[in-house]
Amino acid sequence: MSASWEPVIGLEIHVHLKTRTKMFCRCPVAYFEPPNTQTCPVCLALPGSLPVPNRLAVEWTILLGLALGCEIAPRAIFHRKNYFYPDNPKGYQVSQYDEPLCVDGRLLLPGPDGDSEVGIVRAHLEEDAAKTVHVGGAEGRIHGSESSLVDFNRAGTPLVEIVTAPDLRSAEQAKRFLQLLRQTVVELGISDAEMEKGSLRFDVNVSVREEGEAELRTRTELKNMNSFNFAAKGIEREVRRQIEIYESGGTIEQETLHFDPGNESAPPLRSKEEAQDYRYFPEPDLVPLEPERELVERLRGELREPPAERIRRLEAEVGFALAEGLVTSGRDDLYSRTAGDRRVVANVLMNEFAALGEDASAADPTALGEAIAHRSDVSPDTFREAVAASVSDPASVSEIVSARAISDVGELDPVIDRILGEHESQVEAYRGGKEGLLGFFVGQVMKETGGNANPKVVNERLREKLNA
Amino acid sequence: MGGELGVGESVIDTLRLTAEEASGLLERGEVSAAELHRAYLDAAALRNDELNVYLRTVDDGAEGATGVPIAFKDVVSTKGIETTAGSKILAGYRPVFDATVAARCKDAGLSLIGKTNMDEFAMGSSTENSAYGPTRNPWDPSRVPGGSSGGSTAAVAAGLAPWALGSDTGGSIKQPAALCGVVGLRPTYGTVSRYGIVAFASSLDQIGPIAKTVRDCARLYGIVAGRDPCDTTTVELPEPVAVPEAEDLKGLRIGIPKELNEAEGIEAGVSEQVNRALDLARELGAELGECSLPRSVEFGLPCYYLIAPSEASSNLARYDGVRYGLRSTPNGDVRAMYDRTRHDGFGDEPKRRIMLGTYALSAGYYEAFYGQAQKVRTVIRDEHAAAFEQFDLLVSPTSPTVAFELGARTANPLAMYAADLLTIPSNLAGLPGLSIPCGVSDGLPVGLQLIGRQFAENLLFRTGHALERALAFDYVPERYRTR
Repeated sequence: MSASWEPVIGLEIHVHLKTRTKMFCRCPVAYFEPPNTQTCPVCLALPGSLPVPNRLAVEWTILLGLALGCEIAPRAIFHRKNYFYPDNPKGYQVSQYDEPLCVDGRLLLPGPDGDSEVGIVRAHLEEDAAKTVHVGGAEGRIHGSESSLVDFNRAGTPLVEIVTAPDLRSAEQAKRFLQLLRQTVVELGISDAEMEKGSLRFDVNVSVREEGEAELRTRTELKNMNSFNFAAKGIEREVRRQIEIYESGGTIEQETLHFDPGNESAPPLRSKEEAQDYRYFPEPDLVPLEPERELVERLRGELREPPAERIRRLEAEVGFALAEGLVTSGRDDLYSRTAGDRRVVANVLMNEFAALGEDASAADPTALGEAIAHRSDVSPDTFREAVAASVSDPASVSEIVSARAISDVGELDPVIDRILGEHESQVEAYRGGKEGLLGFFVGQVMKETGGNANPKVVNERLREKLNA
Repeated sequence: MGGELGVGESVIDTLRLTAEEASGLLERGEVSAAELHRAYLDAAALRNDELNVYLRTVDDGAEGATGVPIAFKDVVSTKGIETTAGSKILAGYRPVFDATVAARCKDAGLSLIGKTNMDEFAMGSSTENSAYGPTRNPWDPSRVPGGSSGGSTAAVAAGLAPWALGSDTGGSIKQPAALCGVVGLRPTYGTVSRYGIVAFASSLDQIGPIAKTVRDCARLYGIVAGRDPCDTTTVELPEPVAVPEAEDLKGLRIGIPKELNEAEGIEAGVSEQVNRALDLARELGAELGECSLPRSVEFGLPCYYLIAPSEASSNLARYDGVRYGLRSTPNGDVRAMYDRTRHDGFGDEPKRRIMLGTYALSAGYYEAFYGQAQKVRTVIRDEHAAAFEQFDLLVSPTSPTVAFELGARTANPLAMYAADLLTIPSNLAGLPGLSIPCGVSDGLPVGLQLIGRQFAENLLFRTGHALERALAFDYVPERYRTR
């Protein structure tokens, strides 16, 4: 008997806030600086140093909480999470535990088959750890390394941890959620949320159960995913593995799968989940956070239309896939400011630029609109050139599309006549019913004109002459 | 042997000289700040070998100083000057920054004479837990000075500093002040910055002044107190510090908590001196009445010994050999390095408290221990608040006993912990307490503890000053007095 299996997926997402200074000291938040140059007594945990919370980080966490539909706690406290590791200079991380800033939210996740709602259990503020570099040994891992170096530049970077309910039901849906969440964060202006920089990281909890089952089964945790696509593949693989184990009568053990971010094809390392006791207790060096209602309401007023609603609005115009792509890539604003057939504009923004390797978000909408208006007048090459120019040199677009499009019949006819004369056998074949040869003649004309002929006019003239 | 040391033309008797008098000498140009500083170094040269008060002295010619020199307990971070908190694990550690209180003293023109000995990480009541040997009591070197700020109180008593800073978690200023016959203030929690103070138990640690007189204490408190943006638990003082003048106690309602004054273990000689002080208070116009703090005294000590070690177990986690201080390097991985470093670097008392605290915070025990202790702390706070509805101040002995012999309690931690029985309840309640010497029993000083409402330091100073005048206690240890 083969049961129908349902994946159950939850996410824990860590987002660096792009505040100017760290969470509890005035050191700059800076990436790619020489090691241990962005430090002070507080983030090095020198004896006697004390934390002072970054006010902006608190406000931004509230802002994010509001965007995720959370309740903002009238009183939140920091806790100490105690554990020993070289990248944890105080021997505890200042985090939040049972009284976080933001709780009980939900994010609407539009999908191709309708909307779903993903519960946000909590969003809390904490400090990031330092970075440990393992020297010698295999692949930068601690096991087998000769020594370890610690760079404290990252220590104390403000970090928001967002924990979802186990509401996601497929790898694809998890990937779409991550894209939507990332876009939400970026639009709030609180993080650049770049995985390559480490300013966005996430762990995935995966379990499966038979359809209709109410209880959750044992989960495994997937760590170190370096891209949304990689995560989706990892989830699929893990879901398959768990199903196979259940179907062959086995049981799943609670464990953590550590992926190697440097090598996607490497099988993940597995480790037993140790029941770590972090001995949480309220951080006595900090007073409770008590956000005033006025502040919360002011921040609520700063929220713009959420990405999910914009996806649903655009879906009617261009279909779900393009709508989602436009919004989660942050191009929907450009889309709405660019004139032209809606699907064409969306396609150009989502596909044409990617093919060109250009950044669509930098395009000038007026110039791009002009290029799109002349799309059928110019050769595909010229069109691409015009699209690229809408980024690099918007003023040149109108020149490109008009100057290069030879629509003058007086100029085109002699070329067409000459080509028809040179290819008598093909002309005969066409006239004998092989109308597919039209494309051949168009290609010859385009070649002869260096790609500058207006393909619409060429088509018309060729048909006329061949059918004459 | 006399305590008089000739410096140039002037004669500075560091045993008698108060900070206020020293200020007067400076203002009138009778001595320079450098001469004053030198006089205390000379006194240290004379008596430090016997007493082991200073872990290190600073002989910088009092450069830039315009004021009275001072000693800091070795929990106070001093830029470029080794700061060990009495522990081997911090041997050789030189802070790159000044604690806020150190910076404030510097700004006030005070020069640093030296860093004083203490129980390791302020954990102890006798200064015997120092990794650098015990400090001895200037009144009787066979006895302890109390602790953990025993180095600072002994320095003031022995004329090795006119005043000093100590830190008080469970009684570490008040108790050694009592045992050394000097004045010590544990301020209201939140009035003095902890930035740069090597932490023991964050929710209880407070820095406070130690001096020969209440007026000096008030002056020093005025220099260090007040909100610090680097310590978010600090607050602005509700009123400026007033150096006390008045010598009567008319209209003052003094409460005598039964349990604090009749606790088991209070020596008869101690009670006698305390009662003499209370009689004087009555003569000065105060109204005395009995009150009760039953749960504070019964549960104070166990409550303290859950909260303080819990916080300490976390505060001391940073001493891991990675960034500063001692690093022991056995064969093995980073875990082995941690284990050996902490094994070698911490003495028995920090280890004992780290274990206690780790246990009390563990999953499954948290509610029963740390959680419960926090609830008890609220009960203690409420009980004190109720007493303060009837009284302006509460009084008791500071310490149940006078200074005890070195080694008398080292084998029995519980007996050592009992030394703080009378100071701990008001500390848990976050209240200020002043200890003033009120007499001598068996040739050793007895301390009187005055407890006030939150931010009632000025009232403590006023009362302490009036009693000090009436008591006329001679703060120079008998063995140092000239004929």
